[in-house]
Amino acid sequence: MSGKEDDVITKIVVISSDSVLPIDAAMKIYESETSIVIKETCFGTMVTGPRKDVNRVIQEVVDLDRNHIFVKERGFPPGDERRCRASRGGGPRPGFHYLREEVQMLPMIGRALDDYEKKVPLKKTPEKKKFEIEQLEDIIRSDL
Amino acid sequence: MVKVIIYPTNSLILSDLVERFGHTPIAMMAKIKEKVSTVGVDSPPLNITPEEPKMGLKYAAVEVPAGVRGRMAIVGPMIDEAEAAIIVNESPMAFGCMGCARTNELTKFLIRQRDMPILEVDYPKGDDEAREFVYKIGEFLKSLPKDEKEGEE
Repeated sequence: MSGKEDDVITKIVVISSDSVLPIDAAMKIYESETSIVIKETCFGTMVTGPRKDVNRVIQEVVDLDRNHIFVKERGFPPGDERRCRASRGGGPRPGFHYLREEVQMLPMIGRALDDYEKKVPLKKTPEKKKFEIEQLEDIIRSDL
Repeated sequence: MVKVIIYPTNSLILSDLVERFGHTPIAMMAKIKEKVSTVGVDSPPLNITPEEPKMGLKYAAVEVPAGVRGRMAIVGPMIDEAEAAIIVNESPMAFGCMGCARTNELTKFLIRQRDMPILEVDYPKGDDEAREFVYKIGEFLKSLPKDEKEGEE
């Protein structure tokens, strides 16, 4: 087993910012002069390298727009044959659909984080209830 | 610093929020990384061996499909390791690439059985709900102990 120091990890950086573009994040990483590999993607970048270096670089990128850049670890390295669509005949890679769903929520989460930081008081919103089965039955019957 | 298990176990939002508030997320991605990068059996697509469904027997009965037991071989130790949990309900996308509905139900059941702080929220569908979602998670994570920072890198 590899030790903690040469532990190579991959992190996905998803950018949902109005002021930072994926290329800005990529440039920041290129500037860092560390031995890490990055891959630019449609949602941000993937960074692979020794854990310490990756964490340091990621922190620098996140600091560009703290509440609108999101990071998670990734199991497979970029371009891994078992996941990369280049070797799988095209189509979205497994796991992409989930990421895409969450990426659609990120602007909301970013705004909420801004408010949380500013300590904006939480408005009480009425709890949404699921559609009652009786109501659905009534609608179906009313059409008959 | 507390180890917080997240459900859905591969969520970007939850993993990020837990780390943002100074705790360690226990997520599927790190476990998968161990599976795919450990030197040993290299059977595509993962280093899943016949041992995994056997390990899953600790969490699911023998008549449960091998797929559930195999998944529980990864998820089960994550639940054992956790010191707190965040469960997000109403996540239809958790059914699909991530795994089967039965594994998800069993995961949530086993998390709820543990005697540890647990927060349950729903995925937000609008700005107000997102604010409530983030506030609840933020307050929950802030309420967890945050010591032993020196030992961490």
